[in-house]
Amino acid sequence: MSEIAEKKLRMAAIRKKRHRAETRFRLFGMAAVSVGLIFLAVLFAVVLFSGLSAFKQTVIHLDIPVEASGDNYQAMVKLSLRNAFQDVTSRRHKRELYALVSSGAAYQLKDRVQAAPVLRGTMVSIWVTASADVDMAIKGETPRLTDRQLAWVDDLKTKERLKTQFNWRFFTGGDSREPELAGIAVATLGSLFSVFVCLALSFPLGVLTAVYLEEFAPRTRWTDFIEVNINNLAAVPSIVFGLLGLAVFLNAFGLPRSAPLVGGMVLALMTLPTIIITGRAALKAVPPSIREAALAVGASPLQAVFHHVLPLAMPGVLTGTIIGTARALGETAPLLMIGMVAFVVDLPETILSPATALPVQVFLWADSPERGFEERTIAAILILLLFTCLMNLTAVLLRKKYEIRW
Amino acid sequence: MGVLIACSTVAVLTTIGIVLSLVFESLQFFRMVPVTDFLFGIHWSPQMAIRADQVGASGGFGAIPLLAGTFLISAIALTVSGPVGLYSAIYIAEYASPRFRAVVKPLLEVLAGIPTVVYGFFAALFVAPLLRAGGESIGLAVSSESALAAGLVMGVMTIPFVSSIADDAITAVPNALKEGALGVGATRSEMIRQVVLPAALPGIAGGMLLATSRVIGETMIVVMAAGLTANLTLNPLEAVTTVTVQIVTLLTGDQEFDSAKTLSAFALGLLLFIVTLILNVIALRIVKTYREQYE
Repeated sequence: MSEIAEKKLRMAAIRKKRHRAETRFRLFGMAAVSVGLIFLAVLFAVVLFSGLSAFKQTVIHLDIPVEASGDNYQAMVKLSLRNAFQDVTSRRHKRELYALVSSGAAYQLKDRVQAAPVLRGTMVSIWVTASADVDMAIKGETPRLTDRQLAWVDDLKTKERLKTQFNWRFFTGGDSREPELAGIAVATLGSLFSVFVCLALSFPLGVLTAVYLEEFAPRTRWTDFIEVNINNLAAVPSIVFGLLGLAVFLNAFGLPRSAPLVGGMVLALMTLPTIIITGRAALKAVPPSIREAALAVGASPLQAVFHHVLPLAMPGVLTGTIIGTARALGETAPLLMIGMVAFVVDLPETILSPATALPVQVFLWADSPERGFEERTIAAILILLLFTCLMNLTAVLLRKKYEIRW
Repeated sequence: MGVLIACSTVAVLTTIGIVLSLVFESLQFFRMVPVTDFLFGIHWSPQMAIRADQVGASGGFGAIPLLAGTFLISAIALTVSGPVGLYSAIYIAEYASPRFRAVVKPLLEVLAGIPTVVYGFFAALFVAPLLRAGGESIGLAVSSESALAAGLVMGVMTIPFVSSIADDAITAVPNALKEGALGVGATRSEMIRQVVLPAALPGIAGGMLLATSRVIGETMIVVMAAGLTANLTLNPLEAVTTVTVQIVTLLTGDQEFDSAKTLSAFALGLLLFIVTLILNVIALRIVKTYREQYE
């Protein structure tokens, strides 16, 4: 009797141990899932919290006496600052005073006066961009201003001559050495151009290749080779594509450096395998009865594929294309290789003019030592994430809405 | 039809283009620096003497420190993404409710869609200072460009990569096997560890190999978060440099196409291409034969 009881006890202990192992295993799984999710949450929280402030910019209201003739707008801005704070006399203090407004203020004034020459010889009332240090101080960062400058800022604030407004320049301006003047317009346009070139090349090439391999190609050694090739290309590091672009497109073909055209071509080669692989999967999913029905009523093989099979496979093909394009949009390394990493101030006019791309701009600004660039980097990341997430979301919705289950 | 065939050759032409451009430039490089010096040298400082009698003129083109750095960072990344990705896949495939799965799986895949430059920024600006402060509080000197920071963030980046392939492999295991194990009284975890995982092992191994090749070729995270100076060490707290970092530093900025400095980047590219190609071929073969096994 006691022997049986002992055995029961032992079994119970083993069972307990096994169930503890079960719980432990399950907890490990939950922990693993949370690692990814927590990182994601932290990343998005950081980006949202510290990036949004870059969409606001501090501006200062100045009454600037514009000379009847002469173009030294810098001097006019300085004069108006001296007028506003007339007790400032020493040279060092004056310099501190001038540092309140951005060096871009003179250009703002110049644009205003050149647009309306009647303003010459009058007092112009204008909101000019504050310097990055003032901007940072207003946004609650530990200020890098002297006590005197802080007093001036407070004074301006009480006189309601200092406010924050929506930062249009961030969306319309090119790159700049001054954080308060830097914008993402060049990078955004460059990205748009490259992605456009990338799509224009890779979509037709990818779809036609997928159609050929899936619908027409005989199974020979050559087509097997192409298939292995495509699968491998999909896993080649992106920087190697950049080396290809540098050696072939730039050095052998002599295309211009830093041009979105070359960037788009390199990205197209990278996106091609993704489009082909998803395209083939989508074509494969269309049942043979569609093909046979088309052929039976007298369609040629080409007509059967292009009029019937391909349209039905389109949602799948488009999903793959969008996902590939989203990846191309976020790609940086190959663009560094072909020189899209320049300091570009003017908006690119064609796909041959020098430009950067959004992810490259993030990389460039992340390297800048000025503190004002940190929030701009994060804001650029925010825009980049917005684009890629929107594209991926479109792909998911497209798949949900139009996916046909045969 | 001719158009279709022409299109399908573009992929092949791309591969040929890659191989030719890399091999051609590398051959030029190996004319200046012997292959053995490049592959087995332990000193990397890519400079060429302008005058023969210059002080410190002997540039070093030994790739070993770069390979060691790449290996170190990849190892750190895979120790993160391997277990975390695998356990995530197990939990999502075997434990999670369908609703949990429908929400969490796409969320994890968002991690794979984030541009790598964002990870790089995050590693350099948040993870590295955090590690530095953490190291200081327990009396460890952590370099501000430590291999650990780059490796950890790269690991997080590859989690969805590992987990989605592992998920495929686990769900491909026939239900009969799983139910058989549960039927003889195994707990779920015993069923997973003793039946599902051995059956799914080849698929998982293939996935890990693909992740390895991805990690080796990853550029932006290491460019932004790892160091620039070649450092032959296995200490994850020190700064190391990698093959991809050197390619980027050698090729951005002014370049002359006859200097060994510029050409060495192509030799590094060739090395990178060959290593990742081998990994990919093996991985794709494993995944493919395994997929056919249960179909």
